[in-house]
Amino acid sequence: MRLFRSRHGRAKWLATITWLYVLWSLLPVLIAVRISLNSGKSRSTFQSPSFRWYWGDTTSSVWHDDTLHTAMWNTLKLAVLCMLIATPVGVAMAIGLQRWRGKLSTGANTLMLVPIVTPEIVFGVALFIVFTQVYTGLPGGITTQLLGHVTFTLSFVVVIIRGRLTAIGSQYEEAARDLGASKFQALRLVLLPMLGPAIFASLMVVFATSVDDFVISSFLSTGASTETVPIKIYSGARAGSTPALNALATVMLVVTLLAVALAGLVMRRMRSQGDHDASLAGLTV
Amino acid sequence: MSSPSVVQIDPTGGRPPRTTTWAGFALPGVGWLIAFFVVPVYAVMAVAFGSVDPILRTPQPAWNPLAWDFSAMSSLLDRVFGGDLGKVFIRTFSFVFLALAGCIAIGYPVAYFVARKASRSRSMLLALLVLPFWISYLMRMLAWTNLLQQDGYVNQVLQWFQVMDEPRNWLDGDWPTVVIGLVYGYVPFFILPLYSALERIDGRLIEAGRDLGASSFQTFVRITLPLSVPGLMAASVITILPMFGDYYTNSYLTSGSPRTEMVGNQIEFFLRGSSQPQTGASLVLVLMVFLFVLMVYYLRTTMKAQRESER
Repeated sequence: MRLFRSRHGRAKWLATITWLYVLWSLLPVLIAVRISLNSGKSRSTFQSPSFRWYWGDTTSSVWHDDTLHTAMWNTLKLAVLCMLIATPVGVAMAIGLQRWRGKLSTGANTLMLVPIVTPEIVFGVALFIVFTQVYTGLPGGITTQLLGHVTFTLSFVVVIIRGRLTAIGSQYEEAARDLGASKFQALRLVLLPMLGPAIFASLMVVFATSVDDFVISSFLSTGASTETVPIKIYSGARAGSTPALNALATVMLVVTLLAVALAGLVMRRMRSQGDHDASLAGLTV
Repeated sequence: MSSPSVVQIDPTGGRPPRTTTWAGFALPGVGWLIAFFVVPVYAVMAVAFGSVDPILRTPQPAWNPLAWDFSAMSSLLDRVFGGDLGKVFIRTFSFVFLALAGCIAIGYPVAYFVARKASRSRSMLLALLVLPFWISYLMRMLAWTNLLQQDGYVNQVLQWFQVMDEPRNWLDGDWPTVVIGLVYGYVPFFILPLYSALERIDGRLIEAGRDLGASSFQTFVRITLPLSVPGLMAASVITILPMFGDYYTNSYLTSGSPRTEMVGNQIEFFLRGSSQPQTGASLVLVLMVFLFVLMVYYLRTTMKAQRESER
């Protein structure tokens, strides 16, 4: 008992630092959300609550300002399309890289990891140059932005899925093969369901990364119609801006958190079911 | 895989497992990365070592490495070593170094506490540590531009505590603002990898230290800290790399003041602001050479860990 107490006491200042950090990391964002509900034009102090910058103001609220609208739709469109392309390609790539043995496979594996350590500005510049010098036939704007986002997020998917594949191991598929399943049946009926939670985690990460991306979208943006929310926030700070920017950011924050929470719920359900299946499989083997 | 005993009981009769199907699975991803990562990076080199149309000022990329012209690069290197760009590089390094120091000072105790000391509150703390990942980076910066206005809350609080008499103009090219912004922006990316490294340390080693009479401070300094060095390195590298390419944090928090310009701002300026893509492309290559060691370090440790986990 004494041991427990003394350990607890020593950790106290660490606990204080940790909770102060958590407060520091989230409080500014909460204040920004509060400012989005401002009735006045001030973006530094809170006056009185209103939804003026969401829909009340007939010229510059999120609901009425077309450029803010467009930015929001562009961001969501990019994120959803990016999710739908990067996730399947990444899952297949992870399974492939995990099992493909050969001289070229090491090279492919390195190629997959390099984008993770490449600063985003290198991505932005390289894609900007390639789309203006080489792939000149592609329409600029959302198409090239999407191609860029997929390239940037693909490796995240592979890393997440590979981690899960390593944890699963090969015994379940081997059991399925012993029971007469073909290689692809084992993959489809055993491995893919077990990868479910990891696939959902990838979808979440890709969505959030795409929504968050500023550098690639900005380098590949071709004008006001291809602006995304981060570009809008970035360029809005210089011009005399209003709390409408805070409102825009808050809407995106709520959308992202809802998406994450939903995916989290689905993942939890899948995982408990997966564990159930796994324990059944354990019994059969 | 290739140990003889395994081959003997292999039902396929010793045939090496066919892996071409699996290569096919990886193919779309590999093709994608070649088309939209390898080719673009090569295009940067072709533009940097190519020429510029004398009239239209458009870049003429040189696709054949034998025809590469290094004159633009050498004049750029003159500007980096001793010229105007040298100052920008030194400033970038100082900002990144200070911000990393800040990340370690804040992030290490937090990661250590959550990984090794927090028991009841751990899952909640972890959720809170991950939360900033789901909040847009620029929204987090927007929050600071709200806080740091002349009549903003930071000045109000500091004046209330009588730290300062006059409100400070934080957003006017102040370097401490940039460092605070970088630490705030990147510390979540630092904490999580460090957390997972600290959490993996075998608790029995720490207990053994305590059993052998070391104080908790001694066990920390002689066991936990040395064992956390690889995790600390990995976390540092993964935060430093994007910071070196950052150009939006500083310009956002200082309204684009030239006094806080970093390498990334120059790159963006050459490519987007003043259409000098050749200079911009060369500067990207210089930055990549500077970061090469860090990138290789991270790749090697990641691949080693991958091999060990799959053994």
